[in-house]
Amino acid sequence: MLEVRNVTKRFGNLVAVNDVSMSVKPGELRAIIGPNGAGKTTFFNMISGYFPPTKGSIVFDGKDVTQLPAHQRVGLGMGRTFQITEIFPELTVRENLLTAAEVAAGQTLQMVPSRAAAKLANDVAAEMMALVGLTAKAERLVGELAHGDQRTTEIGMALAQLPRLLLLDEPTAGMGDQETYEITALIRRLHRESKYTIVLIEHDMRVVFHLADHITVLDQGKLLIEGTPKEIAASEAVQAAYLGGAG
Amino acid sequence: MSTDVTIAAVAAARRPAVPRWVTLVVIWALLIAAPYWLPLLGGYTALAGRVLVFGLAAMGLNLLLGFTGVLSFGHAAYFGLGAYGAGLTLRYLVHSTPLAMLAGTLLGGLAGTLFGLLIVRRRGVYFAMCTIAFGQLWYYLAYSWNDFTGGFDGLRDFHREPIGFGPLTLDISEGGTRFYFFLLAIFAVAVTLLGLLVRSPFGHTLRAIRENERRARFLAIPVERQIWLSFSISCFFTALAGTLYALLNNFADPLALHYSLSGYFVVMCVMGGMRTFWGPLLGATVFVMLQDYISSMTVNWMSFVGTIFVLVVLFFPRGLLGLRRQRGET
Repeated sequence: MLEVRNVTKRFGNLVAVNDVSMSVKPGELRAIIGPNGAGKTTFFNMISGYFPPTKGSIVFDGKDVTQLPAHQRVGLGMGRTFQITEIFPELTVRENLLTAAEVAAGQTLQMVPSRAAAKLANDVAAEMMALVGLTAKAERLVGELAHGDQRTTEIGMALAQLPRLLLLDEPTAGMGDQETYEITALIRRLHRESKYTIVLIEHDMRVVFHLADHITVLDQGKLLIEGTPKEIAASEAVQAAYLGGAG
Repeated sequence: MSTDVTIAAVAAARRPAVPRWVTLVVIWALLIAAPYWLPLLGGYTALAGRVLVFGLAAMGLNLLLGFTGVLSFGHAAYFGLGAYGAGLTLRYLVHSTPLAMLAGTLLGGLAGTLFGLLIVRRRGVYFAMCTIAFGQLWYYLAYSWNDFTGGFDGLRDFHREPIGFGPLTLDISEGGTRFYFFLLAIFAVAVTLLGLLVRSPFGHTLRAIRENERRARFLAIPVERQIWLSFSISCFFTALAGTLYALLNNFADPLALHYSLSGYFVVMCVMGGMRTFWGPLLGATVFVMLQDYISSMTVNWMSFVGTIFVLVVLFFPRGLLGLRRQRGET
């Protein structure tokens, strides 16, 4: 579903990502980990289209998207969330999801409310609110919700655009234990029950090992190792990288 | 003010104390009955007409300001172009009120549409500065082109013409109640269109841009195009209000193009509550009334209006309508 081939990203003299490849199959949950400065975020930003790679290519569903800007990748079925919560604070949960659904349904130029359009968007928004468990808070302003619920709203917005690939940038960043537990359970449900293909960056190793089918480990911009959680946990190279990174 | 407090205020405002239909009935009842109750308060019908004209201009601006989050300090340009477009049409081209309104609205609206293309990538204060500069250009043009526009003295020698509907004729050449209802009918149609617009998927994308432009972009909302359309549509509504202004006074003056009027429009929106649909109308009402009462006492009326504006902003940061709903909540 997603083929990243030998991508390199240079910022001036700095090589942030160096010749990394990754292949994600449909239905897979892939975690990208690595010590600080490993190039995870840069790698992720090339996948989502925030900036293009210096070298290499990215193929999504058989289509070369290497040079495609982010908003066009959304149209092809890539949804993403952000490390810093990016929501519409003075709108309700329903309105946040509704807007996302309307945009995905191609209604950005529809200047008069219509029943058909409203139904389509409402059904999608309602379905996704139920899926992420925010139906009870539908009419609350997102800005007044707890941090965990805001992150959940963000995932709901991405889902309301009906993506086939979900990109999550540190979904548990800044969360307490309870919230981390809940969002992990949600991602697991999306993966196991709703069969979404998911690529995520995550710092919290408990979350990563609990969720991922496959893990890609980056270190100093290079691909260190790729494998199942078991293989990664047993890898001496990974342990060395993390301990070395900490020291 | 911390964001938590702001969000709490918005949350309160979003759960109105009275149902929406009650608000609508009250607003329209007050507007329809204005020629009868306003004189009791010492006002007069033409004053109610001014409220409608400035209210429509401010509500048009508010599509951009309150619903898209983009500040224009140059909307007087489109208001004035509407006024001159209507006045010049009546004076030089054809004695037809509807055609004059059409010409004025198109002139102001299209000028805004073209200008919007140039500035849509600017943000914040740069956008606002561009709008001021462009607005002043038209002011000096009207001011200097004596032969055509009447210069500083304004454009005179035209008046609104009766409107024919087949065998029927609507004579609005007298001021008074009949002309007020004509204004109110145009106002009602325009405001209904605006109301549909802000509730449409298009309107939702504008709100999203106001709330978080970066997120909007990543939802695949074409931000620049939507801001341009919002600016353009907003200019058409303000230009329509400008044509009504020319008809109301049988006169168009360069001050209708001046940036100080642009500032007044912004004041009306902010004072009434720019995050609410009807706020700018309330702001325009307060503004026009104050201007009328105080300017009969002193030429320094603006310092009083300014003081009241500062007080409103200090004590009701979300405008007068924002306040009403906050009170209703507690």
